[in-house]
Amino acid sequence: MAGGRNHRGRLIVVEGIDGSGKSTQLHLLDKWLRSLGLNVFFTEWNSSDVVKEITSKGKKKALLTPTTFSLLHATDFADRYERNISPLLEAGYFVLADRYIYTALARDVVRGCTPAWVRKVYSFADIPDVTFYFSVPPDVAMDRILEGRPKLKYYEAGMDLNLSNDEYESYRIFQTRIVEQYESMAHKDRFAVIDGTLDIEEQQNLMRARVAKLIPPSRAKPASALSQKQETGAV
Amino acid sequence: MTQQIAARPLKFFGEGISYLKPLQSKGSLVVVEGPDGSGRSSQIDLITTHLEAAGHAVITTGLKRSELIGAGILEAKHKLPLGKKTLALFYAADFADQLEHKIIPALHAGYVVLADRYIYTLMARSNVRGLARAWSHDLFGFAVKPDLVFYLDVPPEELFHRVFQKYGSLDYYESGADMGLSDDLFESFVLYQRGIAKEFRLMESKYGILRIDGGRPIPEVNADLQKRIDAYLRSIR
Repeated sequence: MAGGRNHRGRLIVVEGIDGSGKSTQLHLLDKWLRSLGLNVFFTEWNSSDVVKEITSKGKKKALLTPTTFSLLHATDFADRYERNISPLLEAGYFVLADRYIYTALARDVVRGCTPAWVRKVYSFADIPDVTFYFSVPPDVAMDRILEGRPKLKYYEAGMDLNLSNDEYESYRIFQTRIVEQYESMAHKDRFAVIDGTLDIEEQQNLMRARVAKLIPPSRAKPASALSQKQETGAV
Repeated sequence: MTQQIAARPLKFFGEGISYLKPLQSKGSLVVVEGPDGSGRSSQIDLITTHLEAAGHAVITTGLKRSELIGAGILEAKHKLPLGKKTLALFYAADFADQLEHKIIPALHAGYVVLADRYIYTLMARSNVRGLARAWSHDLFGFAVKPDLVFYLDVPPEELFHRVFQKYGSLDYYESGADMGLSDDLFESFVLYQRGIAKEFRLMESKYGILRIDGGRPIPEVNADLQKRIDAYLRSIR
């Protein structure tokens, strides 16, 4: 990966399976950083307008092989990276990414792509200043997601992997395998692991304490905008 | 099929496609590379006719032809200009789709697959725009290695005339207009095509690309290509 500290901005990433609470936490972090008057840009996985139409067309047809699937998501990422992430980091922004290359690594490898290849494809991406990984037992995350028994999408449920004919069962197996991949990366990729079963406010305080170290001294304010609770240690 | 061809394992540029069962090729993958106006499609038509007459099952494939995302690539070009990496990955996705849905099954079934351009053009386009050659190479670690690769070499000045005569205008990307090489379209085209040709020269020995003088009359170029293809097909019988 390209050197992470050359840019003047800061890249903050959240990773974790669906239902791990990462998006809620990043949303709160976003509010906080903006309240400090910092320039913040938020970007999420699989959201490039240019690529969206094509990806969803292919997904509907359920025709995507793991390699094509991987490359379409890489295209989406590259478009956001070249258009937003990279220039905004250069311009000194706090870039907040809801999922980053680790999502691709976890999902594509579970689908059968070679880890070394996926790494190489994404080798142009800056290393984040911090990657928060929200660790929750798969069952807890899945209960949160499946509470309303939503209709799961074909690829979301990992139905292309032929894990089970039942989409909920397929989803459970798929998510469990993704957790395994995340855990195998945690050390190597220096994830700051957050216990996703803690109270929302407690998790947020841990995140803010960690992110406070990335804020230029001139802008830093006490990192406790959310609750009265005493800050406890670094993440 | 008049000839019995021995099945051989598919070879890949890098990691290959690990979720596919070990695959055999009973066919051949023949690639014709070269810029627009180099006579690729005429040559592919002639080769197809000749091979089919000789009893081979032939299938042709090209870039931008995947049913999945081919049209999308063209649409995207007309909206906001895409970044270099985005474009490279987009074409790679399209190529992967064709490779797995068309090329690999055809090779498995014993077809001669005639590819009107392959990953070399994609790599050359990326590299000439400044992407790292190693990255372009690694990106295609999943691609099948062809049995034969030809590059139809035509001087850029000659290409310009051929393209203009045929289409009456120049393609935006094929003339490197996105690169800001020159305000003058002719100059931009020539500079861009020179850059592409240079990338092909750099790839020649590494990838075993055979350079063919495409400046000659069509029948002459065809005789040259056909001789080499026939010799190859005899060698694997």
